[in-house]
Amino acid sequence: MSDFFTLSVLVATFASGVRLATPYLLAGLGETVGQRSGVLNLGVDGVMLLSAFGAYWTSLETGSLLLGVGAGLLVGLVMGVVYGIITVIFQAEQGISGIGIYLFGLGFSDLLFEEMVGTPTPIKSLPKYSIPGLSRLPILGEALFEHNLMTYAAFLLVPLVALLLMKTTFGMNVRAVGENPEAADSLGVSVGLTRFAAIMVGNGMAGLAGAALTLGLGIFQPNLTQGLGFIAVALVYFGAWRARGVMLGALLYGIVAAVVLQLKARELIPLEASDLAAMAPAVLTIVALVVVAGRIEAPAALTNPFSRH
Amino acid sequence: MLEMRGITKRFPGVVANDDVSFDLRAGEVHTLLGENGAGKSTLMKILFGLYQPDAGEILLQGRPVTITSPTDAIEHRIGMVHQHFMLVPTLTVAENVALGLPSMRRPFTDLDTVSQRMVEISDQYGLTVDPSIEVWKLSVGERQRVEIIKALYREAELLVLDEPTAVLTPQEVDDLFVILRQMTEAGRGLVFISHKLREVLDLSDRITVLRNGVVTGTTVPAEASLERLAEMMVGREVSLAPDKPPVATGRPRLVLEHVTVIGDRDTVAVDGVDLEVRAGEIVGIAGVSGNGQRELAETIAGLRPAEPGSSVQIDRADVTTADAATTRAAGLAYVPEERMKDGAIGEFDVGENLLLVNHRDPSFLRGGLFDFERIRLHCQRLVDAFSVKTPTLQTPTSSLSGGNIQKLILARELDSDPTVLLAAQPTRGVDIGAAEYIHGQLIERRSEGVAVLLISEDLDEILALADRIAVMYEGRIVQLVDRADATREGLGLAMAGAADRSPG
Repeated sequence: MSDFFTLSVLVATFASGVRLATPYLLAGLGETVGQRSGVLNLGVDGVMLLSAFGAYWTSLETGSLLLGVGAGLLVGLVMGVVYGIITVIFQAEQGISGIGIYLFGLGFSDLLFEEMVGTPTPIKSLPKYSIPGLSRLPILGEALFEHNLMTYAAFLLVPLVALLLMKTTFGMNVRAVGENPEAADSLGVSVGLTRFAAIMVGNGMAGLAGAALTLGLGIFQPNLTQGLGFIAVALVYFGAWRARGVMLGALLYGIVAAVVLQLKARELIPLEASDLAAMAPAVLTIVALVVVAGRIEAPAALTNPFSRH
Repeated sequence: MLEMRGITKRFPGVVANDDVSFDLRAGEVHTLLGENGAGKSTLMKILFGLYQPDAGEILLQGRPVTITSPTDAIEHRIGMVHQHFMLVPTLTVAENVALGLPSMRRPFTDLDTVSQRMVEISDQYGLTVDPSIEVWKLSVGERQRVEIIKALYREAELLVLDEPTAVLTPQEVDDLFVILRQMTEAGRGLVFISHKLREVLDLSDRITVLRNGVVTGTTVPAEASLERLAEMMVGREVSLAPDKPPVATGRPRLVLEHVTVIGDRDTVAVDGVDLEVRAGEIVGIAGVSGNGQRELAETIAGLRPAEPGSSVQIDRADVTTADAATTRAAGLAYVPEERMKDGAIGEFDVGENLLLVNHRDPSFLRGGLFDFERIRLHCQRLVDAFSVKTPTLQTPTSSLSGGNIQKLILARELDSDPTVLLAAQPTRGVDIGAAEYIHGQLIERRSEGVAVLLISEDLDEILALADRIAVMYEGRIVQLVDRADATREGLGLAMAGAADRSPG
């Protein structure tokens, strides 16, 4: 145990926690915007799988990470259009539709991978980019300022999403249609358009999350996410529908996961217990959810389709 | 300024508005009076662009217009204060006002400018509200002010107020009327929707009465009376003040001692209530809703736990900690406030709802299964005895009118020959005919020696029925008076929290 509690290991573990938190954070922030508008998307994981494959395959074919990120975003947006049509235009039950999106994403990304790639072929992963000056800070430098660009982008999006929700007209409309769509409608705010736009933001960010995951690892395999998108949905509840809360949740999750990885790597956890230990982040999330649950109320119109009367 | 000509609107199975014409002049209050379902709200929703008429036309300042959305209505300077407030509780007052309006600082909101203009409007009409506070923190009266400010902010010249007084204390109603008169003096036209006759006579310049989607007449207060208006609404003579024979009161049948209850928000909802209801009397609990009446009723009915130290007794039996079934067995009949939530199951048919309390009664069983013939006879008897208007016993309860659902609940509850009747808002949202009937039933039970506890927000109802009146404010009984000593003004002040805190 003693060689785990050295400064360098702790800092490395923290840094890896920040890195692991990235896809959760991106997907969670996007889902926050969607849920604030009253739309639950349980299909985040499926969207992430499809966009992860899109990003991986594009990078594999073109050798460009940037094009890969763009492909991930594009796939996310396309899935946003699909989910928007299902839930806003056809007003389908959101929980069930989301599960449908997930299963579609899971199966279709698998199929595409088998047909178009076949065997997992590593690609160049996102390079670390040390921020000049800041990365030389003791401790903090390695922990916070030696990451890939997607990680920086994810954390930069935290204040931007908060700003979007709280200070812009669009954000105000999103909050209004998620809370009392009849009121928004009576003032001429289009509930459908606002929700559609929020879904596009959410799915676009889920797309980025998928890209960040696959390009961060430099590999794709079937069911790469292993339910990561569901955890991201849970983190929105954990974070009480606020960008900062979601960030704290993602960090907590990432760091616990990093600690477990680190302990396993050092064989501090017996092999037999390692599967149990892998559950730790999920268990922690559930416990945290139970503690948080009920204290802060969800958007009142969450999962309720809107139509006049 | 407004003319609606020959408006017809059909919904599947009903004609909500049948060739309705209505007009409004600048500077007047024109009331639309009618029972629930008479078509008042439909007509105004057409004006506000929420519904499209099947026939008829709308003219503003003499020019025909089509209004297909609330945005159109707002552009035509039409504002609406909805009965169920159209506010977003988690947004601030200023955000609620700004919602749907273009911002000067796109893409960002410009709440400073909005707040500033809002305060100007508030000052002009005495509508004080803090722009930066979240709406959920406001009282009902304050929320209504926000609704009016929203309309004025959009420079509404024509304002529709849909049952604006339903949720206000008498004092708040007076304040509102002062504001409304200021608005008409400034040349605005107001459409006032109500079924409270007294207020209608007080405020209106003209009154148009709707019944079953048809205009039954237009009159002015000088030529109308409460009785005349009620007749126009219902289509026959109605007695607004029920006859109450004198009854000698007996021993206390419902006794509450220091009843304290925690509400849904973990705050004290009922705070040490002491009250006795004797055989043969109706005790009315007046008060604006949300002052602990619902929690008190649920506690008496065994649906909500009371805090230690509380005591609830029915006919000397201690039911403080009893569940609903035990409380009923002790003699309680309960007509809950939310009839479709707690009183009846909408998807169940009429017969099933009538049987709900008795479905375990062995006399309705044969060999462990329901004896449907016996059940049918029982239900048919109740439907006939309480004149519940339903096509069949198999009709889904949700398709009945509010008044008939309430009669159904009353039939079921009174069938058990209770000794205590707890009726919460028994006539809220029901038509005058059904209300008259329900009031008659309460008085009849009182004559039979039942102790009746009537909880109502409608002060007229309390004054018409109760022998003693308790006023609830912030979980406490702040005033308890005999009917003979009660005045509308005194009760109104107590409802607003201005009464001496010591009951008596």
